[in-house]
Order: sequence, then structure tokens, then C-alpha cells
Amino acid sequence: MKKIVSAKEAVKKIKDGATVMIGGFLSCGVPDKLIDALVEQNTKNLTMICNDTSYPDADKGKLIVNKQIKKLITTHIGTNPETGRQMNDGEIDVELTPMGTLVERIRAKGAGLGGVLAPTGVGTIVENGKKTMEVDGKKYIFEKPIGADFALIYGTKVDRFGNVSFYGTTRNMNTVMATAADTVIVQADEIVDEIDPNEVVIPGIFIDCIVEREKDLETV
Amino acid sequence: MELTLLSKEKTREIIARRAAKEFKSGDVVTLGIGLPTAVANYIPEDQHVIFQSENGLLGIGKNTTGDNMDKRIINAGGICVEAKKGACFYDAATALSMMRGGHIDATVLGALQVDEEGSIASWMIPNKFVPGMGGAMDLVIGSKRVIVAMEHTNKGEVKIVKKCTLPLTAYREVDLIITERCVFDVTPDGLVLTEINPMFSMDDIKESVSADFIISDNLKYMDID
Repeated sequence: MKKIVSAKEAVKKIKDGATVMIGGFLSCGVPDKLIDALVEQNTKNLTMICNDTSYPDADKGKLIVNKQIKKLITTHIGTNPETGRQMNDGEIDVELTPMGTLVERIRAKGAGLGGVLAPTGVGTIVENGKKTMEVDGKKYIFEKPIGADFALIYGTKVDRFGNVSFYGTTRNMNTVMATAADTVIVQADEIVDEIDPNEVVIPGIFIDCIVEREKDLETV
Repeated sequence: MELTLLSKEKTREIIARRAAKEFKSGDVVTLGIGLPTAVANYIPEDQHVIFQSENGLLGIGKNTTGDNMDKRIINAGGICVEAKKGACFYDAATALSMMRGGHIDATVLGALQVDEEGSIASWMIPNKFVPGMGGAMDLVIGSKRVIVAMEHTNKGEVKIVKKCTLPLTAYREVDLIITERCVFDVTPDGLVLTEINPMFSMDDIKESVSADFIISDNLKYMDID
């Protein structure tokens, strides 16, 4: 059985300077209440690893607007003008990476691999400063694994064993992030007694604690 | 010289309609955000083209509105859409495996610049416009066919160039360039002009493209109705 806690309690262990992975594609499948709690806690100098920085008034975007992020590793910032402004003014260090490369770097960490060879970005600035290798005549970029102290992820249904299932396009990077952080906190739309083992997408062993969205009165 | 014979709306329609002719039934296609998304509107009803997106949906249907909107089902532009019969959902690792791994038949995307070698720049103008590449680099490198569908010039500024000066999205991956004025095939011999919009002269094309190109022996008029 996994610990069920409030969003406020769940993010308490995240201290200044921590590295945090956050699931979600724009505002879909995103642990919004965990982010709200992290905004309220006002933890600073965070390194954030995420697909995108959403919109200025939404989820991941709020952490940018509230100036809690020191370093950002992401694939797209175009929907949040504040990220671009902070980057241009030197307030935030932004590493833009191809989406497939970011996913596989995270997956490599969670899978215990020493990195991946990606064809993506060969002949572009993505290649700069990285080792390359030829395999069967094709050039690849060596990309290192990447993990985090915390992963904040979303699940549609989560059972008491931590098993996670999803609805619609909410899976996005939540699945790989669950495998690649020291502490994994899942925000569930609903906590259920049990999920049919056939429906489980993220096995419960990857999850450390669960926050239920609707019942979390402390942050609603 | 900037030619303004066509409205913005008509320009986009000509491009999207032409790009839609590039598919056959059964093709799995990923459309970029913006103009390329409109290509889906011109696919014949009886043609079974499957649209894929990087945020985890294969079988994208129409945009949903009102009570049918579900924020848990979106496309890569963040718009609520329907999942068509036969659709499936998946995570980002699977989505990008489809894209990078050679499982997408064709992609249509916009560009800031395309050059005569088929290299494309679409994700940043240093210090000015830096949205990031998202899944575009993976898509361009992995898709079996890469179709650039874009306005011919950027307010008169040439976009089909000898060599891209902006940071590349991918080196030598583009197969076809479609604009409102013409269509170019990217071949090992360079760009080949295969179609021209009858509203424009050959001089109009030559003046608005800085890349060298060959004129096809089978040069045709584009369908602009």
C-alpha cells in the first residue's frame, strides 16, 4: 500500500536547488495541484525537466512566472512568452532538446542504460559539444541519461498499490519520468481500490506517494 | 518585389489543397502546427489517411467543441480533438519511436528556410524567435517523406535559399516543397520545379527563390481553383 498524502505534504521534501521532472504535454496530463503546491511553497533555484513550459497562467508555466526555475531542460517554450523573456534576459538557463532525445535520455536513466545513440539533430546545433559515433555507416549523437531528485506526474486512476492507468492523451512523458527520479509523486484524478492488471500502464513499484486531486482539500 | 495577388486565406488554401494530394489510403501522416494542420481539411472523405501526433494519439479526428470537448484528448497544438474509430493512445516514448523510427509515411510541416540540398530551418531565429524544436527534429529525420508546405516568401523575404543561414532542424531531409506559387522536388541533382501557379511567371519564381533550380520537362500548372 502506498502513502496517500496532500499535495502540500507531498512537495515538502523538495528543497531549493532540487531537480524536478514534471509530466504533461501543455496542460494535458499534468499534475497541476502538485505544481500549485510547489508554487505556494515558493521553492527556488529548481532545475526543471519537462516537455514544455505550458502557458504563463497554467501549471508548469506558473513556476516560470514565479521565478522558481534556475535551469530548464525542455523541448518547447513557444507557448509561454515569459520563458523566452527570462531566457533572453539571462535570468534562466534553457537547454532546448529534441523531444525524442529527451524522452530517451529519461528512459535510459530509468532503465539503467549508459545513454542512447540518437540520429536526431545530426548536422544541427544539437550536435555541438557532444560525442558522435557511426553505426553501420550512419552517424549518431551520444546522449547521456538524465534523472531527477523528484518526478511529479499525473495519473487518471491510481490504485492503492500505486498502479497507474490513463485516459486519452494524458500519458505523454509521465510514463518514462516515473522510472527516472529518486522520489515519484503521482497526482491522481481518482484513487481506486484496485486497477485491472491488464489496464495498468505504470507499475506501482515506481510510485512513492499518491495525491488525489479532488479530495485534496488543502490545495483546492 | 513582394507580389500580393493572393489573399492570405487563398494562399493557405492553395498550399493545403496541394499538399493533401500527396497521400494515399493507409498512409500514416503527421502534420505540423499552423498551416500544415489545414491539410487534413482537403483529404477526400473516402481516403483513409491516419493522422498521428507526438502527444499520444494515432487517429486524430475533428476538433471538438462545446459538450464534446474533453481536455484529456488533445492534438499537439493543445486543441481538443476527437479520437476516430480505430484510434489509439500511447506515451511519448512510443510517439517518438513512431516518428524517429521510420513508421510515419509522410510529414507536412512549415519552415523558415529550405535550401537546395533539402536542409530545413524551422525552429529558431537566434535572439528573436526561439520556440524550440519539440518533436520536429525527430519527425523530419525519421519520416519516410518530408513535405514542406509554406508561404513562398516571408513578407517578400526569400525562404527557398542556396544554403540555410538559420539553425537547421535537419540536414538534407526534405523531399518536396509546396508554396502558393510553385512546387519543387528535392532531388540528388538539386531542386526541380515541377509545378507553377498560372498566376505567376517564371521570372516571378526566379526572382523569389535564391536557390538554383532545374525546370522539369513535365512542368505543370498548379490547381488553384
